[in-house]
Amino acid sequence: MRRLLRLLALLSLAGLAGFWLLTRPASLPASTLAALAAHPADAENGARIFWAAGCAGCHAAPDIAFNAPIEERLRLSGGRRLSSDFGSFIAPNVSMHPEAGIGAWTLEQFATAMLLGVAPDGRHYYPAFPYTTYLRARPGDIADLWAFWQSLPADATPDQPHELGFPFNLRRGLGLWKRLYLEPRHPTPPADDAQLARGRYLVEALAHCGECHSPRGALGGLQAGGWLSGAPNPSGQGRIPAIPHPRWSAEDIEAYLFSGFTPEFDVVGGSMADVVVQMAQLPAEDRAAIAAYLRALPPADAR
Amino acid sequence: MFRRLAAPALAALLALPLAAPAFADEAAITARKGQFQLFAFNLGILGSMAQGRVEYDAERAQMAADHLFNLTRTLNTGLWPEGSDNASATNTRALPVIWSNLEEFATRWDALGTGAEAMQAAAGTDLAALQGALGGLGAACQACHQSFRAP
Repeated sequence: MRRLLRLLALLSLAGLAGFWLLTRPASLPASTLAALAAHPADAENGARIFWAAGCAGCHAAPDIAFNAPIEERLRLSGGRRLSSDFGSFIAPNVSMHPEAGIGAWTLEQFATAMLLGVAPDGRHYYPAFPYTTYLRARPGDIADLWAFWQSLPADATPDQPHELGFPFNLRRGLGLWKRLYLEPRHPTPPADDAQLARGRYLVEALAHCGECHSPRGALGGLQAGGWLSGAPNPSGQGRIPAIPHPRWSAEDIEAYLFSGFTPEFDVVGGSMADVVVQMAQLPAEDRAAIAAYLRALPPADAR
Repeated sequence: MFRRLAAPALAALLALPLAAPAFADEAAITARKGQFQLFAFNLGILGSMAQGRVEYDAERAQMAADHLFNLTRTLNTGLWPEGSDNASATNTRALPVIWSNLEEFATRWDALGTGAEAMQAAAGTDLAALQGALGGLGAACQACHQSFRAP
């Protein structure tokens, strides 16, 4: 009996040690660190990355009007709520405030958060923060984004805790989730055409369209097939549609991403409204590239 | 005066408990969707000019803006019976939160009227004026869709 107990104790210790090892936070490879250090920062490109990546869609204050001055979306106080099957995530303050926000971070810490979903103290971020997409971004763009971030205002709004039940409130377990679902490969094959390649990069590494428009499995990981083929709305109301709409031309998609008007002159609503506001800040060529990329995808049921 | 009374009056009317049978709700939903199609039709004339897809035509633009303005005046509360939300009926994206927040819903309908009024004043002037008024009008549409319509 005593021997059995000892064996059980040993086994559970081994299990804990295994869990600990499997859920360890990753750190950036030397090649990425070198690329970050060597890159001459370009804050102007950083602004373009900022709007393409949709940072303000979650981290700006809640309830900003569609036509509010764009500066309001540069105050990254946090507080917006993202509902899901696992509970509610409340976006944190990522303004330049040194205590309430991320103003005291280094570029390496910022890149570790964006590319690996790991906080400076080694905690895993929940994939409500779409590092699942950003991990495909070029280190130079991350460095530019951080350079632009330096120009953003500080805001002292304190973070609110996420509202998650057990076991999802145990962050360490996200290490296992990352092993299962973090996928650095692109969901679609590379394109030779420069515009299509730009669109692919914008959609698959920054704009994170797939985080809402692609189906997920039971544990919240994106499914391998069905890229951008639509999904249930995580907030519970209706369905997020497949994109692009089969009858929309590239010109229609561009106009929608700029103005919010569909080809039938319906007007964008829901969380997509915030996406449009941000997409409208991009140079027209980027919206055209996204439209061309979407239009070139096979039909939704064949992806 | 009308504007100031409209929002609370609409809120009060919408709050009346209506024990209408389900088929009446279906008819109300179909009818109100018709009203939104009329919005979209007229907005489409203005929007396609603003986007440069169709050549600017002052007379056509003015006519569309006039119709749009008039359409936003006629809010028929009978089209919005309680129980005609997307939790109770399948052919609508109207969220239940409309009926728990009627005053806000009415306020935003009012804002649509203001946007349409500005468009009516601008549409016949020139393309730049039309384009300038479109943003505010679109924002009024959007403000409602963001909170009160399912994706």
